[in-house]
Amino acid sequence: MSTFIQLTVDALTLGSVYALVALGYSLVYGVLKLLNFAHGDVFMVGSFIGYGALQALGGPAKPAVPVWLLLVLVTLAAMAGCSVLGVALERFAYRPLRDAPRIAPLISALGASFFISNSMQLLFGAQQRDYQSYLLSGGALYFRGFDVDQVHVPLLRIITIVAAFVLMVVLWWLVNKTATGKAMRATSFDREAAAMMGIDIDRVIVFTFILGSALAGAAGVMFALRVPTFAAVGFTIGLKGFTAAVIGGIGSIPGAMVGGLLLGAAESYTAGYWTTTWSDLVVFTILIAFMIFRPQGLLGRADIRKV
Amino acid sequence: MSDSTPNEGNLPASGPAVGRDEWVARHAERRLMRGGRLGAVEERLRAVPWWAWLILFLAAASLMPAVEASGYVRRVGFDTVIFMLLALGLNVVVGWGGLLDLGYIAFFGVGSYAYAIFDSAKFGYHLPSLVSIPLITLFGALVGLVVGLPSRRLSGDYLAIVTLFFLELFETVVLNGDKIAGHDITGGANGILNVDPLNAFGHSLAVQHNGLFAVSYYYMALAMFAIVFVLLRSLNDSRTGRAWRSLREDSLAAEVMGMPVNRLKLMSFATGAGVAALTGTISTALNASVFPLNFSPVVLITIYAMVILGGSGSQSGVVAGAIVVNVLLQVLQNPGQARVLFYLVLVGGVALAFRLSRRLGILVAATLAFGFAVRAVAGAAHRSWVDGAHGGTAHAVSDWVVVPVRMATWVGPTSYGLLLALVLILTVVRSQAGRIALLVPTIYLAAFVWENVMLPNPGPTRYIVLGLLLIVLMVARPNGLLGERRVEIV
Repeated sequence: MSTFIQLTVDALTLGSVYALVALGYSLVYGVLKLLNFAHGDVFMVGSFIGYGALQALGGPAKPAVPVWLLLVLVTLAAMAGCSVLGVALERFAYRPLRDAPRIAPLISALGASFFISNSMQLLFGAQQRDYQSYLLSGGALYFRGFDVDQVHVPLLRIITIVAAFVLMVVLWWLVNKTATGKAMRATSFDREAAAMMGIDIDRVIVFTFILGSALAGAAGVMFALRVPTFAAVGFTIGLKGFTAAVIGGIGSIPGAMVGGLLLGAAESYTAGYWTTTWSDLVVFTILIAFMIFRPQGLLGRADIRKV
Repeated sequence: MSDSTPNEGNLPASGPAVGRDEWVARHAERRLMRGGRLGAVEERLRAVPWWAWLILFLAAASLMPAVEASGYVRRVGFDTVIFMLLALGLNVVVGWGGLLDLGYIAFFGVGSYAYAIFDSAKFGYHLPSLVSIPLITLFGALVGLVVGLPSRRLSGDYLAIVTLFFLELFETVVLNGDKIAGHDITGGANGILNVDPLNAFGHSLAVQHNGLFAVSYYYMALAMFAIVFVLLRSLNDSRTGRAWRSLREDSLAAEVMGMPVNRLKLMSFATGAGVAALTGTISTALNASVFPLNFSPVVLITIYAMVILGGSGSQSGVVAGAIVVNVLLQVLQNPGQARVLFYLVLVGGVALAFRLSRRLGILVAATLAFGFAVRAVAGAAHRSWVDGAHGGTAHAVSDWVVVPVRMATWVGPTSYGLLLALVLILTVVRSQAGRIALLVPTIYLAAFVWENVMLPNPGPTRYIVLGLLLIVLMVARPNGLLGERRVEIV
């Protein structure tokens, strides 16, 4: 039982990171019908910006500000930096290709992903960056927390999970309750019709990229609070995030959340109960099965194409 | 080599990028003929049949080892031919079939590992090459067929992802293949060593000859390339090739016209996979070993860059792309050559953009003056800021660019970020004066970043260049160097 609880906590932390990344994919796919391969690298850049901000604020051991403010500032810095990166990506790598054949922006996205991850490696090296979160306020974020059935659940885990869910709720509110969100939904439903109704498509798309990239930035910080980050991490995480988006139904926001959590669960239970070597294999097999048998995902609409 | 047939591909090199209606196409056709002598020469060149170009190319390529006999050059030549073969295979899937196959490199891996398993001391099998190569090619095509099966229900990006996952799967299996149910099959991270060289009728083809990389492998690969080229070419000219093209342009319309869309997709997938597997066998035979890292996404992107640069859809284009990209990667690895290349591209680009005009003069003068001024200021502030360059071209350049002996850690990222920002701003600035004013610091900063940040790290630099190449090509010239212009009729 205690193993199960431990694994469930792992699943939730991992799953909420995947869900945040998946949301970025889903948002962009919904509006542009584009698979943003560079999204995983935006996530990686977020974790690096977070690291930079953490060091600039005095490092984990002796921060210049209270710990709660430190965490908030680090996350905000990553979100802001990633938003800028996302907007630049959209403006220079995707917008010129909006009317090109569909394969063109995909290849451009591949190039962008390659460019970003190698630039980071060029500038900051290939070594790992550790947030050393166990040093935060003398380790209190770890030794405090809840004890469930002899399993200690550190406070930091709980903060991460809660923060991820808060972000998701904020996103849900933005998309479903605000005018901009309505414009986003209209655009993803039918771009041309939305433009004819007076919606500024460019603005909507930029806004979408800001939202998606900011979530990726936050996810980057949450990820790096748990394990060290490095320049090549974006590829794998991006792939996992995309898997989560597909499992949930790409383009659907609740779908991305469910998909992320499911994927986190699949990964951590496989690793815990069965095998760590082949846990990726299990994840990929699930994805391929979904692709084949239910390409619209769990919560997605079946794609009906009118000709 | 020219891909043009009388009815298609005769569009000129310049003009609008991805056209969107018929008018654009006709407009391009109107600009087809150049006037005067140049036009006549161009028309003559177009009239030369493709096989004549192929023979000419093969003849030139066969002379290469005779002209430059060093082992390094032979090795690069061999690798280039391998990449040419891989690019030809990918072209079938991406260029003709219009399917984004991100698992392509895994088929190369399947061929490589299959050869290593059946022709090495690992399991004691030593199949003759004449048996194993065709078998492995078929096997690769079969694997392609199986992986392509989901593509029956998938379009575009979904297919890309499934194939990308196949690549990840392949990597996972290969990397952990030393403990599959207790058996060691792929050697895990250590790979498989001591793979047999190619052999025929009991004679094996030595990899080394007098301590020098044997030229026979180069000719072998070249012959294989010629065969694959001709076979694929005739396939493309056949009924199947035409069907592929219609599939690429609009798979829905093709289906409505009664084409077996699924079968066609699978065929293009399997053909590409077969070529990749075949290439894997030769490359493994030469290397005498195979490692999981040979099949990373990095190699995949390199091949994509080749196909895109040359122009996907055009065989001669992707071959040219393979040569250009592989040579570029080699040059970038050598700091001396990379430096020369960089300044050539910089000067050439500026000269092309401005032609011979007064603006060019102003720009060059301003940039030079700017550089010397910055250097003088930096030198006056501190000697060690400008004293860090050595020898040759570096010496000539370092009188102009600031090259510190040692840089503070923040300088690299800051200058790189600033350079990126400047370049991005440049692409949106419209006024001429503003452009020139911005270009001066941009060029100088580019030289600074190149000298101080990128040259010392050739590894990432090579791939940054590749990534940029992909983006810029897609935005500026999606049809590549020699590709056929695609006109989408909406």
